[in-house]
Amino acid sequence: MKKSAFLGALTVASIAASAAVAQDASTVDQIKERGKLNCGVTTGLVGFAAPDANGQWNGFDVGVCRAVAAAVLGDANAVEFVPTTGKTRFTALASGEIDMLARNTTWTFSRDVDLKFEFVGVNYYDGQGFMVAKDLGATSAKELDGATVCIQTGTTTELNLADFFRANDMSYEPVPIETNAEAQQQYLAGACDVYTTDASGLAATRATFEDPSAHVLLPEIISKEPLGPLVRHGDNNWGDVVRWTLNALVSAEELGVTSANIGELSASAGDNPEINRLLGTEGSLGEMLGLDAGWAKRAIMAGGNYGELFAKNIGEDTPIALARGLNAQWTDGGLLYSPPFR
Amino acid sequence: MSDMSYVRSEMLPERAPPASSVGVVGWMRQNLFSGIVNSILTIVSLILIYMVLAAILPWVFSPTWNGTSQNDCREIVGNGHHAACWGVINDRWQQLLFGFYPNGSEGGADQRWRPIVAFALLFVAVTPVLFNMISRRMNWVLLLAVLGLTGLYLGGAVGMIVGLVLLGAAGFVGFKALSTDKEARAAEIEAGAKRLPNPLIFSAIYPFIAPWLLWGGTIWLPIAAALGFVIGYFAFVFASRALGSLIGIIVAVVAAIIWWMVLTSVFANAVDSILPIGLEAVESRKFGGFMLSITIGVVAIACSLPIGIVLALGRQSDLMIVKALCVGFIEFIRGVPLITLLFVASTLLNIFMPPGTNFDIILRVLIMVTLFASAYMAEVIRGGLAALPRGQYEAADALGLDYWKAQRLIIMPQALKISIPGIVSTFIGVFKDTTLVSIIGLLDPLGLSNAIRADQAWNGLVWELYGFIALLFFVFCFSMSRYSMYLERRLHTGHR
Amino acid sequence: MYHMTSMTDPHQGQFRLSMLLYDSRYRSMTIQIIALIGFLILVFWLISNTAQNLADLGKQPSFGFMSEPAGYDINQRLLDYNSQDTHLRASLMGLLNTLLVAALGCIAATIIGVVMGVLRLSPNWIVSRLAAVYVEMFRNVPVLLWIVFTMAILIETLPAPSAFRKGEAAMKLWDTVAVTNRGVYIPEPLFSNSLGNIHLFGQSSLRFDVSLDLLAIAFVFFGGLFISRIIKRRADATQEATGDRPTTWYWRLGVVVIPTAVVLTLLGLHWGYPELKGFNFKGGTHMRNSLIALWLALSLYTGAFIAEIVRAGIMAVSKGQSEAAGALGLRSNRIMSLVILPQALRVIIPPLISNYLNLTKNSSLAIAVGYMDITGTLGGITMNQTGRELETVLLLMAVYLVISLTISGVMNWYNESVKLKER
Repeated sequence: MKKSAFLGALTVASIAASAAVAQDASTVDQIKERGKLNCGVTTGLVGFAAPDANGQWNGFDVGVCRAVAAAVLGDANAVEFVPTTGKTRFTALASGEIDMLARNTTWTFSRDVDLKFEFVGVNYYDGQGFMVAKDLGATSAKELDGATVCIQTGTTTELNLADFFRANDMSYEPVPIETNAEAQQQYLAGACDVYTTDASGLAATRATFEDPSAHVLLPEIISKEPLGPLVRHGDNNWGDVVRWTLNALVSAEELGVTSANIGELSASAGDNPEINRLLGTEGSLGEMLGLDAGWAKRAIMAGGNYGELFAKNIGEDTPIALARGLNAQWTDGGLLYSPPFR
Repeated sequence: MSDMSYVRSEMLPERAPPASSVGVVGWMRQNLFSGIVNSILTIVSLILIYMVLAAILPWVFSPTWNGTSQNDCREIVGNGHHAACWGVINDRWQQLLFGFYPNGSEGGADQRWRPIVAFALLFVAVTPVLFNMISRRMNWVLLLAVLGLTGLYLGGAVGMIVGLVLLGAAGFVGFKALSTDKEARAAEIEAGAKRLPNPLIFSAIYPFIAPWLLWGGTIWLPIAAALGFVIGYFAFVFASRALGSLIGIIVAVVAAIIWWMVLTSVFANAVDSILPIGLEAVESRKFGGFMLSITIGVVAIACSLPIGIVLALGRQSDLMIVKALCVGFIEFIRGVPLITLLFVASTLLNIFMPPGTNFDIILRVLIMVTLFASAYMAEVIRGGLAALPRGQYEAADALGLDYWKAQRLIIMPQALKISIPGIVSTFIGVFKDTTLVSIIGLLDPLGLSNAIRADQAWNGLVWELYGFIALLFFVFCFSMSRYSMYLERRLHTGHR
Repeated sequence: MYHMTSMTDPHQGQFRLSMLLYDSRYRSMTIQIIALIGFLILVFWLISNTAQNLADLGKQPSFGFMSEPAGYDINQRLLDYNSQDTHLRASLMGLLNTLLVAALGCIAATIIGVVMGVLRLSPNWIVSRLAAVYVEMFRNVPVLLWIVFTMAILIETLPAPSAFRKGEAAMKLWDTVAVTNRGVYIPEPLFSNSLGNIHLFGQSSLRFDVSLDLLAIAFVFFGGLFISRIIKRRADATQEATGDRPTTWYWRLGVVVIPTAVVLTLLGLHWGYPELKGFNFKGGTHMRNSLIALWLALSLYTGAFIAEIVRAGIMAVSKGQSEAAGALGLRSNRIMSLVILPQALRVIIPPLISNYLNLTKNSSLAIAVGYMDITGTLGGITMNQTGRELETVLLLMAVYLVISLTISGVMNWYNESVKLKER
């Protein structure tokens, strides 16, 4: 026993040693060599990232990972999804365990500057909201003095909440909770009066209730929560790849490029020069990024453009039923505004 | 007068005991209603049992096994009734057991036979250590049977033939063993024990097979790792002949370490390019569910055993600095909660390693859990060493054995044997503690239950998932603790 | 004699390098120095790696963040705290919460364990089986699962405050206790003639208030106990001298109860009852659900282990002891308290210590139910918000290490004091 166990220890140690990889090459090269993109996601949030029975990850954030993988590697399935918690996500990214993080992470000054990350854009404009049971009779967050509030820990929400109640000189009782599922359970059982998190999360959670109409979202949005994918400082080229893949998805929607018509549009150069540049039938944008000409085409084909991703995962036809709101194109009165492909 | 007898010379026939002290009634009177206090306790317990069952059973028995989502379950049960939605288990039990281990859905073959075989072989490997009443022959039969079934499962012409041959051999030997009568069997067992190789050989090979089965990749890597021991052994033999045993040990260790650190992967890659044999590589990220818990538990215990032995010996030694280091390590690890060590694994271990080193979270967790387990293991083994009668040490000294020989030949075999129940309970503890990895985002059963609840269809289900997980843990731990108790009783009679 | 010494006399003369290895006088020294050097190299290696990595990440290790405002609120707190206090104070709140749940847990686990351990030995078949089921159920399922389970049960089965508003639930014990799924509200003692507080440490992060009321009560109460002990000693002396024991129980009770009661009346003791106001119950002492769930789960889980220890301890006392005590004419409860338990305790206490330690360490799982212990504050939100993983984790480990070493130190000292004194 003793001897055999020792042998085992060394086998594992040798596997561990051989798993150690030097990190000198650029991120894109590393990903290409590995053949997989390591993408950090949540351990599970309805509509944004969750594994199905076969272990396939689906969701809005997952869509971004797949688009990047398609752009870099040409295969939307060449993604290794690394579930991260609020606590482990930043160290996972900083240590190079993941190449990018697409885990509804709020873009803040200190994360960008102090934690040395680079937010490449915003894939969902969110804000912290409140959900209460209808029979509580509250119509405004200002009426919540003395309420018990469920919050998810490890996020910016608890700081916003403290600020909000202090600014309005109200008292409250915070109930910090690790996961959305538990928060939902406590809220439904009446262990807290209010559930607060990003408004998208509230809507997604409410959608799965037995009787969604018994709960209301209060009108106050107490914070700005621009959620977006991020990468480490130090490899600007890789940051550009992720940033422009996201922009490509947004631009594609603006320009009317969908997964349905992309084959046709990319077959040959058409009338719209920006579509041509985006899809690589004109110019050499892909080369500038260090990729090939078809990178954006593949990214869009992976799960559709931004609008399609939205509609498929969290849009109004899904049970989550989020309206586009701020996340509509700037042409429709929203905030989505991709810099031009030029 | 002499034939007058006042003493009865024959016994009265036994009378049946009164009806109230035999049978069900008697048993109940004795065990349930033997006094006022007891009767009250009995009634209170019965009421308690009834209340618990009445609350749970109607919920458990609900016809929702085929439900496809929570709403579907609600419809099946009918509105207003509160009942379990077992559809989630039906849908996800494989995921709870195997995590994301390739199941063929992403293309490629279903690989989940590998953890199953590794687990079955684990049993075969620990059998000679833990159940020493099983004869050598049965142990080999077990091994043949497992390998045969694997061959059959894998299919293909070769697999079929190999599988059938192995199963046939196993069946034949097993049949022969069972069909001989008892005395003949005892003789055969004795003869077989001499003829057959020691099953511990397989136990020694297993630590190389198991990682290969689980992680896949080329078979030459584990073989190369095993070669390290051969190299170390020969280095020891030659060096000790020339330079003495202590230098021999040092040379052997250095040689083996150089082999592992520098040459193993070179060798494995070289041979693999000539003769590629291997399984599809599976990254440890794909591990999840119970498979992850068992892997962490088994690897941690297996690796912590040698470390624990060294620490226990160090703690007992007269060398002050060595002792202080060992005590410091043991007390430090035992003084902090596992969760802080897991925080180290998830956030700090990469910072402690040379820049650029990056190994994935499961290996980091394995390292930290191993360190954690080895401190506890050291205490268990120290207990075993302390329980050995003083005379054993003195006898070893009297025979003129040096420290290492005495440890290897006399002390350790006995101390380890006494420690087995403690080792098993340490294993149970570590196995249960693997649920903590869900806090740092690994998808063990508990972590997976959160991920499953993030699926539209199953959002909000709590009891079904927790119940299922708790049941599996209970079955696993309960059977092991029973086994450890049985072992303790056996060792007890043998050693006092 | 002379001859003997010359035999064992070390070979004087020149020192050869090989003696470091082959001479048993030097060998142990050599090995130790090698071990020490190896250890130092390892430590140096780790530190230099860490320094290099942190430099690459652009982080300078520093504990300065501890004096910055924490920014988050803590619901369960034993001292005053608001979101503008420092991370250090937030960690202190967490530490106190850890100690609170550990202390409560150890007491409850001991009670549960002793009761269940005795019940397992009960002659009543059904009772002993139930106790066995309890022990096996709790021992063989991970504690994290039990914590989550207990929390879920509390949340789902107890009424929400809104149920009280609608009249679907009522307060217990003559409207003095409110049991809700947000926690239990019990009456709190209030003093109308309060003596006030002493503020210690000014406005620093370690500030805390000492209630003069409590000090006064404690002083009188323990003073009473002390006098009571003197009376007992007198009575013992009288009994030894004369064989008669004077009846002193009313004196002994009186010197404790009467002064305490007087002080309480002088302070104007009255009770503050919980009342449903707005969203929640107000007034009274609020024991939050997270605390109760964690406390219950930890004590039930550890209680199962203690039950086994107690059972083993009682069974380890040989039957002859209780028979001998019976032959001396002792009644069964006296046999238990005078003969069996003192002997069983010696077997029970060492494993009991390690179970207390386990319970304290397991309290770090509080994070699963949102109880803000030190892992939840320092190792949770503070770590998240500041991104100072190295510093927070090291601090966290140091804190737990100090707690563990203190507990085991105290308990080992106690163990020494009850150990069989061999004369």
